[in-house]
Amino acid sequence: MGVSPDIQIVTAPEGAGGEGFFATSLDKAVGLARKNSIWPLPFATSCCGIEFMATMASHYDMARFGSERNSFSPRQADLLMVMGTISKKMGPILKQVYLQMAEPRWVIAVGACASSGGIFDTYSVLQGIDKVIPVDVYVPGCPPRPEQILDGLMRIQDLVQNETLRRRESPEYKALMNSYGIE
Amino acid sequence: MESNNADHIKIVERLKERFAESIKDAAEPFGMLTVSVERKDIIAIISFLSKEEDLGFAFLTDLCGMHYDTTDQLGVVYHLHNMYSGIRIRIKTLFPKSNPEIDSITSLFEAANWQERETYDFFGIIFKGHPNLKRILNMDEMDYFPLRKEYALEDGTRTDKNDSMFGR
Repeated sequence: MGVSPDIQIVTAPEGAGGEGFFATSLDKAVGLARKNSIWPLPFATSCCGIEFMATMASHYDMARFGSERNSFSPRQADLLMVMGTISKKMGPILKQVYLQMAEPRWVIAVGACASSGGIFDTYSVLQGIDKVIPVDVYVPGCPPRPEQILDGLMRIQDLVQNETLRRRESPEYKALMNSYGIE
Repeated sequence: MESNNADHIKIVERLKERFAESIKDAAEPFGMLTVSVERKDIIAIISFLSKEEDLGFAFLTDLCGMHYDTTDQLGVVYHLHNMYSGIRIRIKTLFPKSNPEIDSITSLFEAANWQERETYDFFGIIFKGHPNLKRILNMDEMDYFPLRKEYALEDGTRTDKNDSMFGR
């Protein structure tokens, strides 16, 4: 095939190939496709959102990882990126956005505030978004550099690639959802 | 009150002449005229200050609450401004926390509406006669008044401040 050495494409998963055919498991094929086409929904409330803007822009270019299209509707998003301080009053809104996303969905908490409340140990601030929605990856930093946000996205990619197609129907997953009051 | 400011002396005299029993104290901390008054006359005093032509405090700059832990008193502070002369006045009123009620001044200043809601939200001071006295900044489900001194500033749901994580 005449692919230029400058253009990198993902390598095929393990499988059996021959003249004109390639066979692998459905899990691996779907994981490969999902991993490289994650549509993120940015939920940016403060300075971590500014770092995210740099992450999306041409210098760091999150699109290199297949996240070309930011989805500003939760209905067409795969990944909820929560960046910034979430006040207790914002908590139910964040949860509603999460509920509006279709399965499979992933959540990344970017920065100290989204992860634990950060420096805002006070009556008005939610002490980490995992009080209201389940979180897959936490990115530390106050705020994290774009490289760290990209690293967090790549950890999400690992999760997406290796997730079995039946995970969302498993009793463990349902128990996790129920612990957040989500049916 | 001992003062070198003739305007301030005249304002205090006018107030004392009209509200002899209600004016408890007058002072000038950092040069700003500050008068302590009884809460029962708060509407009458602010109305007097804003409507008398020679006083002319027609602008409500701010209104806020306070809580003195040592005496367990709540208070409301009003800041008024005379836009023509540039003179400002601060009206303080204190009352026991067990009876946290004061008349609303929304009938005099529409701008007091949100400020009284905020003061209610954080200190639990009930403004009698307010058209819509409910929380404005905090979540509606909050069951206490966070800026009262008996409540900790820190949030009780914090889980990563365990001393063992810091070797204490």
